Amino acid sequence: MSQFSDRIPLPPVDAQTTNLTCHFCIVGCGYKAYKWPRQQEGGPAAADNALGLDFTRPLPPLAACLSPAMVNSLRDKQGQDWHVMIVPDKDCVVNQGQASTRGGMMASLIANGQGVSASRLTSPMLHGGGNWRPAGWEEAIALYAGLTQRLLDAEGPDALLFNLFDHGGAGGGYENTWATGKLIFSGLGTSMVRIHNRPAYNSECHATRDMGINELNNSYEDAELADVLWSIGNNPYETQTNYFLVHWLPNLQGNTVAKKQARFPGETVGPGRIIFVDPRRTASIAVAEQAAGRDNVLHLAINPGTDTALFNGLLTYVVEQDWIDREFIAARTSGFEAAVQANRLSLEECSAITGVPVAQLQQAAEWSYRPKASGHRPRTMHAYEKGIIWGNDNYRIQSALVDLVLATGNVGGRRGAGVVRMGGHQEGYVRPPFPGGRPAPFVDEAVIAGQGRMLTAWACDAFRSTLNAQQYRAVVTKRAAIVREAIDQARGASTAELIDILFDAVTNKGGLFVTSIDLYPKPIGEIGHLMLPAAVPGEMNLTSMNGERRMRLSEKFMDPPGIAKPDCLIAAEMGKALHALYTQAGNAAMAARFAGFDWESEEDAFNDGFRQNESELVTYERLRALGNNGVQLPVQGLENGVLVGTEVLYTERFATEDGRARFQPAPWSGLLPIAQAQKDKYPFWVNNGRVNELWQTLYNDEHNPARMARWPATLVEIGTADAARLGIASGDLVELYNDYGSTQGMAHIEPGIREGQVFMMAMGRQGVMGDLATTAVDENVLPYYKGTWAAVRRLGDAAYSASVTGKSRHY
Amino acid sequence: MTLSRRNFFKLTGLGAAAAATPGAFAQNAAPGNAGALGYPVQAIARLDALVVNQPVDFAYPDAASACQLLRLGHAVPGGIGPQQDIVAYSILCPHMGCPTSYESSSRRYKCGCHFSVFDPEMGGQQVIGQATQDLPRVLLELAEDGSIRAVGMVGLVYGRQSNVQFQEVSA
Repeated sequence: MSQFSDRIPLPPVDAQTTNLTCHFCIVGCGYKAYKWPRQQEGGPAAADNALGLDFTRPLPPLAACLSPAMVNSLRDKQGQDWHVMIVPDKDCVVNQGQASTRGGMMASLIANGQGVSASRLTSPMLHGGGNWRPAGWEEAIALYAGLTQRLLDAEGPDALLFNLFDHGGAGGGYENTWATGKLIFSGLGTSMVRIHNRPAYNSECHATRDMGINELNNSYEDAELADVLWSIGNNPYETQTNYFLVHWLPNLQGNTVAKKQARFPGETVGPGRIIFVDPRRTASIAVAEQAAGRDNVLHLAINPGTDTALFNGLLTYVVEQDWIDREFIAARTSGFEAAVQANRLSLEECSAITGVPVAQLQQAAEWSYRPKASGHRPRTMHAYEKGIIWGNDNYRIQSALVDLVLATGNVGGRRGAGVVRMGGHQEGYVRPPFPGGRPAPFVDEAVIAGQGRMLTAWACDAFRSTLNAQQYRAVVTKRAAIVREAIDQARGASTAELIDILFDAVTNKGGLFVTSIDLYPKPIGEIGHLMLPAAVPGEMNLTSMNGERRMRLSEKFMDPPGIAKPDCLIAAEMGKALHALYTQAGNAAMAARFAGFDWESEEDAFNDGFRQNESELVTYERLRALGNNGVQLPVQGLENGVLVGTEVLYTERFATEDGRARFQPAPWSGLLPIAQAQKDKYPFWVNNGRVNELWQTLYNDEHNPARMARWPATLVEIGTADAARLGIASGDLVELYNDYGSTQGMAHIEPGIREGQVFMMAMGRQGVMGDLATTAVDENVLPYYKGTWAAVRRLGDAAYSASVTGKSRHY
Repeated sequence: MTLSRRNFFKLTGLGAAAAATPGAFAQNAAPGNAGALGYPVQAIARLDALVVNQPVDFAYPDAASACQLLRLGHAVPGGIGPQQDIVAYSILCPHMGCPTSYESSSRRYKCGCHFSVFDPEMGGQQVIGQATQDLPRVLLELAEDGSIRAVGMVGLVYGRQSNVQFQEVSA
């Protein structure tokens, strides 16, 4: 944050300029980071500042996206003072100069020891004698590696539990996923690993992958070319903001008609239409109605958990109407007839289950699948996210959806189509194979059952991101306390002696040694024993890809705070230490498993991981040359030294052995029984998700006074009638509770919310949706986080209404 | 008057801090610095002429900066006047500068470009939207003669390096 709220310094023309992809959501907006000596400022004339903007007169609307939040200052390790400005890149095809409120605050977060970053971890921290104390890397790694080796030798790899990021962007990326995968899968060999947001090591998209279709199969441009956009369990204005604003809305507003005419000669084209599948009326629906007109927006407000029935009803109907793509089905798919038989559901049955009137179902099918006036089939893009992924039987819903898409030929290279997840974080996954098989172990249940000796939470916090979270927290805290007690008794112990004491506490006393590797102290780390400080993009070089597989290099422009390190180099330190320990022990076979960590930089990790496993052609230098536009994976080759990528997948073959996409039977089978039991008992369905102003896990936001002023507590949206009946006003503190736990939040009356439903932010500071989430999972241990029912009561007036707006969040 | 006001802010740093509102993003600014610039003092309207929920257009701190004055009929954060119900804001969206419009039925400022929404009854707090600051707020005072004067601002007006850089242009 600039020190002034009403003026900003301008970067001089010779300011150091680097590329930075936004840390947060999957869209991966391109930004420019400017850094220049603090005593200098650029001039207001366009030729005198690096932005090339003419500040000698007020800028016209839409000329720039610039605010005091985009400016900050820092003192580097040499004692030199700098200004830093981080602004959206106009030349980036993804965001085209726009910033969301989340990415737009990146400069406010930089590590300068002040503001948000005052809370950053700056050195390893060890707990002992009732306190946290700073430690050097040597001591911290010696303790971590020493205990790891003891447990590995005594009990085998599954004594070692990991809660592990698998994404791109901050806290992830190819360098860091590779380094951790190499350490944990190839080196340690444990299968007791779970992913950052769920209780097992599984894919959120097993079904579509089994059908031969990766979940990111089109380009953002396809959203500009579609006749109809489906937004299924997905709220893009708040969660993939600039994808929605820059690529979806122009289509809905008719601004891409000329582009469609040029691309699809002879075909009927017009402004796009949009269909939302969501039990909740969202901010996105309100915006879409404003942009496209109500007549071009259809909201299928399904009953929670009934998506499978919706897609099966539509599949049955389009087959009856013969609005399917028989040529495509014959040439490029298998299993059509069996899926149609298995999924058969009349529109009347579909309507009864989903609660969507038959007329709306027919309208959705007509818009999306009935041939257009020119005779061409509509180009319909199906985008989905957590409403399905955390839905009622992930595998079944996704199968039913992709069946419908395959039947209508809306994937496989067709432009303006695709069946894609919208995504959460960016992606950036390259790891050796997970040793745990499928279905993967239900790690969080194993922890509750007392299994495992050592838990490492790497860039994530299961206290806020698991199901049955209240019990999970209680057990982990209790088991960690056993270890703390043992450490407290270890007065004056050397590292070697402490390892003995820890080994005894976790193997004989039921303890759990907890390490957190993160930017900030996290709740799961704060009850533990060791914290290791990590770095973010900008403090390290990092590669990731966005929701259209667009890979970019975020360039380092400053150091991490204190002695913090990039995650990949922390993993390397652990690997090197274990290599040395096993070498000393004369165990060559084990030493060999930890070889190859002699990296000096994150680029070494990239060269070892991405280049050896994905594409040798991709180098930092070649990515740097492509700036914020990068290259869309997979890379096809080089043209004049420039990387050539892939806009759309599966133009010829799907990702199956025979190249044909597979239909999968997915009959409607009701709610998962564990969830149904809560529904039968409690009056409110508790929907959950993200809130525009906050990044999902709040890892920066909870330290940011600006964010906490707007959202001092977890949002709980409730409808007008329910609020009146329960005596709840906007700003009141409310409790939600069921058989699994209780949690709290700040009520916000939103008139569009249906009776008997509430919506809460998923991972708040005090309020955690997981406290209410049941243990219902699909066949691959994907949680049904959305399958939560609870009671709601008013706790009282928490004075939030004096400082937090209660106005409608719908435009 | 202008000079003394300017020095007052400069010396005491009370400009933003003294009138701090719940506006979310304003809280990140170092206290007091919003008043460090030399803002003009400008009469906008007379108290007795204001009608509740009917915005009054004016420009401040120069002719190129469109603002609105609002009387809300009940005390609001940062409000002045006998009922502490009078506030004023820049109406340029602090995200990318499109003019916001006041929706009197919901008492919200709305931007049609990227659908940001602001609450004038809560210090200009962003209700939802893509800006990284709240609606810039005009600091007001009520003179003894019943006139309402603009005396400063909290938050950067869109399209500027500094709020007051165009005063000479406008004068």
